[in-house]
Amino acid sequence: MHSDESGKNSQSREITYGQAILEALHQTMAVDPAVMVIGEGVADPKSIFKTTDGLVEKFGPDRVTEMPLAENGMTGVCIGLAMSGFRPVLVHQRIDFALLSMDQIINNAAKLHYVFNGQVTVPLVVRMLVGRGWGQGPQHAQSLQALFAHIPGLKVVMPTTPHDVKGMLISAIEDNNPVMFIEHRWLYNLKGDVPKEPYRVPLDRAVVAKSGKDLTVATYSHMTIEAIAAARVLAEYGVEIEVIDMRVARPMDMEPVLTSVKITGKLLVLDTGWASCGVSGEIVARVVESAFKYLSKPPLRITLPDHPAPTSQHLTDDYYPDAETVVNAVLSLLDDGEKLPAEEICQRVRRTSLRDIPNPAYVGPF
Amino acid sequence: MNKIDSTTDLPALYHSMLRIRRAEEAIAMRYHEQEMRCPVHLCIGEEGIAAGVCANLAVEDVVYGNHRSHGHYLAKGGSLNTMIAEIYGKADGCCGGRGGSMHLIDNSAGFAAAVPIVGGTVPLAVGAGWAFKLKQQKNVSVVFFGDGCFEEGVLHEAMNFAALKKIPVLFICENNGMSVYTSLDQRQPGRPMTGIAKAHGLEVYSGDGNDVQEVARLTSEAVAKSRRGDGPQFLEFRTYRWLGHVGHEVDDDLGYRPDESVEFREARCPLKKAGAELIEKFGWGDDDFAALEKTVNQEVKAAFKFSSASPDPKPESRGDYSYA
Repeated sequence: MHSDESGKNSQSREITYGQAILEALHQTMAVDPAVMVIGEGVADPKSIFKTTDGLVEKFGPDRVTEMPLAENGMTGVCIGLAMSGFRPVLVHQRIDFALLSMDQIINNAAKLHYVFNGQVTVPLVVRMLVGRGWGQGPQHAQSLQALFAHIPGLKVVMPTTPHDVKGMLISAIEDNNPVMFIEHRWLYNLKGDVPKEPYRVPLDRAVVAKSGKDLTVATYSHMTIEAIAAARVLAEYGVEIEVIDMRVARPMDMEPVLTSVKITGKLLVLDTGWASCGVSGEIVARVVESAFKYLSKPPLRITLPDHPAPTSQHLTDDYYPDAETVVNAVLSLLDDGEKLPAEEICQRVRRTSLRDIPNPAYVGPF
Repeated sequence: MNKIDSTTDLPALYHSMLRIRRAEEAIAMRYHEQEMRCPVHLCIGEEGIAAGVCANLAVEDVVYGNHRSHGHYLAKGGSLNTMIAEIYGKADGCCGGRGGSMHLIDNSAGFAAAVPIVGGTVPLAVGAGWAFKLKQQKNVSVVFFGDGCFEEGVLHEAMNFAALKKIPVLFICENNGMSVYTSLDQRQPGRPMTGIAKAHGLEVYSGDGNDVQEVARLTSEAVAKSRRGDGPQFLEFRTYRWLGHVGHEVDDDLGYRPDESVEFREARCPLKKAGAELIEKFGWGDDDFAALEKTVNQEVKAAFKFSSASPDPKPESRGDYSYA
């Protein structure tokens, strides 16, 4: 199935992030009968925003299973399956639902291989969606990667592009460890080149999404899109920021960040979650520990305000940071930042459409 | 598949119980030495359930346990040597020293996992049973838990799903009436647990856990049903924990339960009951008991010897197996 690891030589075409997830599931299930998909809604007409579309028709209800609303119990059932030779993919339409299963994830999935001295493996993927937008509110829009990334024994990934989401989902399913697979809902309609054939993207590598020598931006998931939007406009003003899509919250790949910071001397970290005890602080800490002498300014973080997500669009309007926030932070870190026309640059990246949806094509509820 | 006759196979059931009793007594005797440096939850007094249930299982059937699982592990055929070495934190322990008494495994015997979070293994056992069903294997999965676990949500989630999918899994409730020091009447209303399991769609059984023949007979029926596709079974066995929740001592002086005398315990002793039956129905005499004691004591002695000969795990290996 994986004659071409990277997929570079495979014919590719443009599909969306959501379609890339679906393709990864179809392809892995077709090759390996041990792969199962289990979740609330995986076989219903909406099929997790079409990411499990057609699976039950093709592979049957034994392998594509609707589940009771029993997140902790069913996570345990999936761990039992994984210990017995299966490769379950458990799906939560909102990452917030996975909080009900923290006991099984942390006490069992993350520990069994270790505590049983390698005699047990738990090849489990937990797909979890970050909901954000259109009134999702405080219990449907959290970005909880830091909770999972704290735990040894788990892998935590947050692919940004259609290419990466397909390759990383295939890698996650084939991995013998529990992988927390976090998908941001605002990426679902993002289009990009995706090879038709199956391929793998490693679960332990960050990637340079855009190179630059003036400032290092380490970023996750949807914030990568905002960073690239800011970078494109800033480039027209002679500012070259390096955007590093971290992709993985555990194990964190610091190598490209350290390499970049040694050149730029400036670090800006973007996260879709909160700052306190979060992954952005972890990146800053690691840079300070290993490359302190290269920093010419204190690092900056862009994260969510330190309170729960409100529901009303009037309250969420400035809750989420975006490309404009990134531009302002970049200018504040640059040595000659104040000489650049901040308002003019901001205006060019400023969103004109409604801010509670990723693009005007979106119609709620979702 | 393994099928036991609870009447004719009493000597084997007695042997299984005696092995657990003597192994745990040996642990209790040496626990004060502070060389077994992990919590131990001993099941002395409760051996009838482990022995009676596991006698009905084949090696390929899997058993999941809990924090008090020496008995389940041994009755399923788990290696006594590696269990003792594990409690001593040795490299040859069944978890290489990573687990201790509360984490036991012996895949070669079909003992899949014991972990100490109450309810932790219940859904795992359901997953393992579902795997048997999906692979069309005629095996059963068994999970042991206490009356306290019946209060955990995950147990009910697991029962609901097991009944929904007709999964070959046996839920074995060892009801000793105690969660640590808190009695059942402080935790559950006065209704039978079997009524709730039945409402979940499970077949239910209730019996005297201190009567190994009754345990074996009821389990034999339940295993046969589960193997032939009738789905999950719930068995509640009443029993009595002789020692404290954790450690090697009788702790009735704490006053958390009535001061129950030696006679009270012995009247409920599964070994004593089975022993009387062996004398009466099998004509066992002192020599027969002595011969079995000798066999068991030799195995126990050898296990402690195995453990003390085992090397300590290497400190530099402590991060191994964080990931597969």
